[in-house]
Amino acid sequence: MLAVTAITITALLNSCKPKGAGAAVGGDAAAKVYVAPGKYDEFYNFVSGGFSGQMSVYGLPSGRLFRVIPVFSVDPEKGYGFSEETKPMLNTSHGFVPWDDLHHIALSVTDGIHDGRWAFGNGNNTPRIARVDLKTFRTAEIIEIPNSAGNHSSPFITENSEYVVAGTRFSVPMGSNNDVPINTYKQNFRGTVSFIGIDKTTGRMNLSFQLLLPGVNFDLARAGKGKSNGWFFFSCYNSEKANTLLEVNASEKDKDFIMAVNWKKAEEYIKAGKGKKQTVSYAHNEYNEQTHTATSVLEKEVLMLDPKDLPGIVYMMPCPKSPHGCDTDPTGEYIVGSGKLAAVIPVFSFTKILAAIEAKQYEGEYDGIPVLKYDAVLHGEVQKPGLGPLHTEFDDKGNAYTSFFVSSEIVKWNIKDLKVLDRVNTYYSVGHLCIPGGPTKKPWGKYVIAYNKITKDRYLPTGPELAQSAQLYDISGEKMKLLLDFPTIGEPHYAEAIPASLITKNATKIYKIEDNKNPFAAIGDAQARVERKGNEVHVYMTSIRSHFTPDNIEGVKVGDMVYFHVTNLEQDWDVPHGFAVKGANNAELLIMPGETQTLLWKPDRVGVFPMYCTDFCSALHQEMQGYVRVSPAGSSVPISFSTGKTSPAPGTAKPGAGGDTNKTATPGASNTN
Amino acid sequence: MKNFIIFAGIWLCCSVLLACNNTKKEKEEQTTGAVTGGGQASVQDDVSQKDVVKVAAGSKDHTTLVTAVKQADLVNALSNAGPFTVFAPTNAAFDKLPAGTVDGLMKPEKKQALQDILQYHVSTSALTVDLLKNMQSLGMVNGGRITITEKDGKIMLNNTATIVASVKASNGMVHIIDQVLLPPSK
Repeated sequence: MLAVTAITITALLNSCKPKGAGAAVGGDAAAKVYVAPGKYDEFYNFVSGGFSGQMSVYGLPSGRLFRVIPVFSVDPEKGYGFSEETKPMLNTSHGFVPWDDLHHIALSVTDGIHDGRWAFGNGNNTPRIARVDLKTFRTAEIIEIPNSAGNHSSPFITENSEYVVAGTRFSVPMGSNNDVPINTYKQNFRGTVSFIGIDKTTGRMNLSFQLLLPGVNFDLARAGKGKSNGWFFFSCYNSEKANTLLEVNASEKDKDFIMAVNWKKAEEYIKAGKGKKQTVSYAHNEYNEQTHTATSVLEKEVLMLDPKDLPGIVYMMPCPKSPHGCDTDPTGEYIVGSGKLAAVIPVFSFTKILAAIEAKQYEGEYDGIPVLKYDAVLHGEVQKPGLGPLHTEFDDKGNAYTSFFVSSEIVKWNIKDLKVLDRVNTYYSVGHLCIPGGPTKKPWGKYVIAYNKITKDRYLPTGPELAQSAQLYDISGEKMKLLLDFPTIGEPHYAEAIPASLITKNATKIYKIEDNKNPFAAIGDAQARVERKGNEVHVYMTSIRSHFTPDNIEGVKVGDMVYFHVTNLEQDWDVPHGFAVKGANNAELLIMPGETQTLLWKPDRVGVFPMYCTDFCSALHQEMQGYVRVSPAGSSVPISFSTGKTSPAPGTAKPGAGGDTNKTATPGASNTN
Repeated sequence: MKNFIIFAGIWLCCSVLLACNNTKKEKEEQTTGAVTGGGQASVQDDVSQKDVVKVAAGSKDHTTLVTAVKQADLVNALSNAGPFTVFAPTNAAFDKLPAGTVDGLMKPEKKQALQDILQYHVSTSALTVDLLKNMQSLGMVNGGRITITEKDGKIMLNNTATIVASVKASNGMVHIIDQVLLPPSK
């Protein structure tokens, strides 16, 4: 660690000291990122939110933020994780988990090229993978990963979206007895990687199989493509199998591994009936667009393959010093490993890997897994590229771009001759980087975006915590040129960018009200009503500009469980309605046109409580309101409801007396004078 | 409430005036390749329900009204989120006006008068016929009021125009009427 620090200081004092930002930006930068009002950006940028648990959507080149998609974390703004319909999305074998750490994005591909259908994201902490539907920009599915203890090496995707993967960052004890001393790591801890199948038509995920592996830490991964399609490559660190002070103890060896997995071979074994079914427990949550409701099912089984007993699935390739990034180039021939602490970037050749396997050029075994000879599989090394190489993306001209955390720069180099061509500073401490289509067979090129962890002095200060940032560079010429930087939500850990045209053509504008199969929907004001079932009160409510039906409700009592099932009757793009009621211990609802969502409210005191529309829907948005009267437990006030009634019904004028039992549900508005 | 309607009316008028200015700028924008040109009326959307303007534009009996709405630069305002109750006189209703009235109102210098008349046919609210029955007086966007009466099961406005049909629109209600409503002289 001291050595690294010393190197860092030296480097900063010498060649790697960033110049002033002003000097780094060209005079035409503003024109290159300016997207005139009413014009569209050329690319969508799907950016993970890191510890925010969400995914954000920006336009490129403008850097404009369009949407934050709630994925693994509750979002009171959208009612996600608060409405009865969305709560099951965050269910796990540990129960409701309202937060996670979303690190990586994988956009779906067909024949190795972006197809604009789904965006997958990983939950790092409580291992999960989510699928976001790019028609609706909403989370459609979340699957938990059993036998995993930190889903970092995920959700990278195969060439035809057959699988996304989940490699555990933490190895843990597995099997029947997991109550073991931590310092028995070497004997008892194991790792896994999971292959999650994706339905070609619906995108539905299914845990297809897992590989039982040595107790290393799996870090990142990329699928093969083109000639290496059928293979998957995973970076592994902590081959030392340290269980404490990894900062030192996982850095002892000169080389860790990149693990090559022949997943088509694994499929052959499965077809031949190999593998053992193991009893596990993991949640599989899906959001149904017809019922507007999520369901959560606890699955109980996984198929486990042990590569020790099934040769030909897994090989280890030595890779210098705790490899982090593991990236395959657009041809699928080259696999780039980036040792965080390495002074070189090794590039492996897929052709050589196959030849080495064929010739059994092994230097030994690691826990029963053959280790290929480094020199036999190496295409070459990029010498002295920078400090702390992390990740590599590719353009459409045979160049690679690697991010360097310690020296805060992006370095451009040629894949074939491994010569460094250009380098630019980032401000500061870049992690991942993104080229539109960079991880696919067809990079769209044009830009590289750096996602920076540190922004000291870059923006107006905001106290101890500063925004992290994205920095956009033009890569159309020989030299990279900084054009723009913009702050991001959470930690912009990784991102993919895709031509907007692949997505905009499929965008959902409204949910058709006639397709609404939510069992609690009120399709039209005539179905609006209030019903009591024991201590449950179900309000079947409609909203349309600019009123709720019903908007006056009586007969609710302290201790009741009041379910507001609100159906937005609008059939107009961009006209959601919100719903909030005073004292609710959860959040608002945000209901899309044609959708039904439910808020549970437990009134705790007697009184009359306002409810209102929270999303500025119309010129009379402020008139979109109503009241709920709450009477004491045991009160005889019967359930009643209305809209548009202004005069008291007979017998209701006295405080505490019974309400109007004549259940009228006249559609109406509140603007009588 | 009254204040709000008056405010809304002023606001609408302002947005109409602004829209007028915008139109010129947006036309220039279009030549530079802007994705969207005019206001909300030019949003490409074949999925949503039709708004009040599109409902009127889809009726062969309302060509005069639609022409007038365009001439008065009210298209974008009426494509707004609203909500609107629009009383939509038919072509036949306009034909009942003294000869030359419509042609006169269509002249550029009469734009304010035309806007005043058209805005007298719009309320910022989305009222079904059921609710109109209960309304004695309804504030209109131009700041005037109309009186609602019920006669022989039919809803009449200012005792002259009769609602002959009603159509739900995405941003409100369109009630088709058989007479043009003329704002009382101020």
